[in-house]
Amino acid sequence: MRSRPLCGIDPVQRAANFPAMTVTLFVPCLMDAVYPAAAMGMVTLLERLGHRIDFPEELACCGQPPFNAGHWAEAREMARPVLKRLAGAEVVVIGSGSCGAMLKVFYRELFAGEPEEAMAAEVAGKVWEFSSFLVDRLGVTDVGARFARRVTFHDGCHGLRELRIKSAPRVLLGNVRDLELVEMSEAVETCCGFGGTFATKHAAVSTAMGEVKCAAAVASGAEVVVSNDASCLMHLRGLLVRQGVPLQTLHLAEVLVQS
Amino acid sequence: MSATPAGTFREESGRLAGDLEHRRRIASAMGKYETARGPRQGAFLSWELGRQALADTKWEAVNRLDEHLERFEKEATARGTQVHWCRDAAEARDAIVGIIRRVGARRIVKSKVMTSEEIHLNSLLESLGFSVVESDLGEYIQQLKDEPPYHFVFPCMHLSREEISGLFHDKLGTAEEHDPEALTMIARRVLREKYVEADIGITGANFVVAETGMISITENEGNARLTAALPRVTLSLVGLEKVVPRLGDLALFLPMLATAGTGQPLTCYNTFYGGPRQPGEADGPEEWHVILLDNHRTELLADPEQRDALHCIRCGACLNVCPVFRAIGGLSYGTTYQGPVGSVITPHLRGLQDWKHLSGASSLCGACTDTCPVKIDLHHHLLHNRRNAARERGGVERWVWKAFSFVMRRPFLYRMGMRVARLMRPLHAALLEGGMLDPVRAWTMSRELPELAEETFRERWKRRG
Repeated sequence: MRSRPLCGIDPVQRAANFPAMTVTLFVPCLMDAVYPAAAMGMVTLLERLGHRIDFPEELACCGQPPFNAGHWAEAREMARPVLKRLAGAEVVVIGSGSCGAMLKVFYRELFAGEPEEAMAAEVAGKVWEFSSFLVDRLGVTDVGARFARRVTFHDGCHGLRELRIKSAPRVLLGNVRDLELVEMSEAVETCCGFGGTFATKHAAVSTAMGEVKCAAAVASGAEVVVSNDASCLMHLRGLLVRQGVPLQTLHLAEVLVQS
Repeated sequence: MSATPAGTFREESGRLAGDLEHRRRIASAMGKYETARGPRQGAFLSWELGRQALADTKWEAVNRLDEHLERFEKEATARGTQVHWCRDAAEARDAIVGIIRRVGARRIVKSKVMTSEEIHLNSLLESLGFSVVESDLGEYIQQLKDEPPYHFVFPCMHLSREEISGLFHDKLGTAEEHDPEALTMIARRVLREKYVEADIGITGANFVVAETGMISITENEGNARLTAALPRVTLSLVGLEKVVPRLGDLALFLPMLATAGTGQPLTCYNTFYGGPRQPGEADGPEEWHVILLDNHRTELLADPEQRDALHCIRCGACLNVCPVFRAIGGLSYGTTYQGPVGSVITPHLRGLQDWKHLSGASSLCGACTDTCPVKIDLHHHLLHNRRNAARERGGVERWVWKAFSFVMRRPFLYRMGMRVARLMRPLHAALLEGGMLDPVRAWTMSRELPELAEETFRERWKRRG
């Protein structure tokens, strides 16, 4: 048996499994302003795997906020330049299941019967959520990280139910050295209560939902809640800090670059 | 302020979301439901294939609704059942009152009929001087409490046994009694009399079988059997989407309805009713009337995007798994059908602009869609309702999104916005945060704002060169 590299990625595995690609990174506003470390982590990991990063700076929003609010004309207006820019990409990687679902699932509905319909379908096939890209597209399950903490994983609903991503982030976390992955035993696949403008339009309901999720995360005994969705992390952190609970929140990519 | 459905919803949902005892009670009940349902669902060879089979059958039924309903009418009529087609609540109410008056009935006993909530039948009959008694235990308790059903499958799940005991004490004069079995016996003693006295029994239906002209009723208490069998006239009030093509279809519908609804392998009593007493039969009602109620269902049928909402078998599973329902309870909705399916169909049944707020009150998490045994695309239909509502009436919000779109599509404005946000953040924290003037008070009342990084990713990327 070949010994596993302790740090970095096995170059043999790399060369055999995936030729270098140009990865177009979509960094939405929230990751840009609140979780730049996560976006940077994605860059680091993808470059370490031998891929080139293409970052379209001008794409700051996929249009999901107006789309979810029902204002589809405005959403289309925002989505159109995104679609046109990404149509030329080799692959598109996104660090948020929610924006990923917008590009991969909802653009097709948003542009149904529009001139961009075919383009939306084409782009959908190129879009990958970050953890799923590593595991399902590249076949990478171990990125050589080390993180000596007890961690629980929160599935963002869009990643879980629109993109059907459940195992990829867990496989990656499971291979992080010294990391103990514990699952929540209650509210396992329950929403964190964010839901975009829902969080402020129905603040009390959103908060009640978030409290259920936070209680489940605390009960798991974890020291860190990890997610592949920036907006869920923002919501959970907002609640945990306010409640004075010493439970850290980190994006998956931030964990995977630890050594 | 709370005169509109949206205003009432806002007040009630906000109040209940903060009621920790209420949340604990519902979470505990739903925890038991999940524990019961899991292994039952696992006992199916493939629950997923079962869902697809039910969805296919319902698709077949709903997409040829006219043919199946006419077949039902033909078969049912052949056995002496009288079928009445009612376009809306008013027609159904008239038809029912007409039948009651014609047969000279005074006392009415009902088993669980959600459609009767839809047409406000009880209040009408009571105002006309008839005595109406609900015979489903949960419905009976809610009737005593003068409150609509809390959950369309578990009507009084929000009440503790102490509260039920107190209610019985107040309304029936019985001694305080906290044992569930003893409480049930109290209701049973009262209700048994009512069946015997009643001139008319009103039932609903879980399924209407086109092939055989039968009505299928599923229940756990046996009260529907007594309601249908003892009075001399039986009347079944049925939404017209309840039809299935064949009797054999129920071989899968009945166990999946029970599993999804309550976590049972099968509901305790499943009865197929073939109409009134036939010549030579010893018992059964003399007359059987079936009221087929449209009440805007055909408008939903005309919407190809959301037509699958007519697949609903009213199992209540989407309510049970819904984190919003668990936070706000059933009464906050102010609708006959609560939870995700209620939020989807109520705007169609009662007006989009008046009820669009229910489609907005969701994080779109999709737990409902995943659990639905007939595969209704519930959470996407919430999106569709939002779109339809905004298209009809964009309001101020449309301009907010136009402005948002304008900024986000221009890197210069976006960068400037980020800088302003970073500059404002300390000022906001020092002067406004959490106060009455805080523009993001809805967030900061219960949550900390996110910390903006010293440097955005875009700035870092640029520096990297």
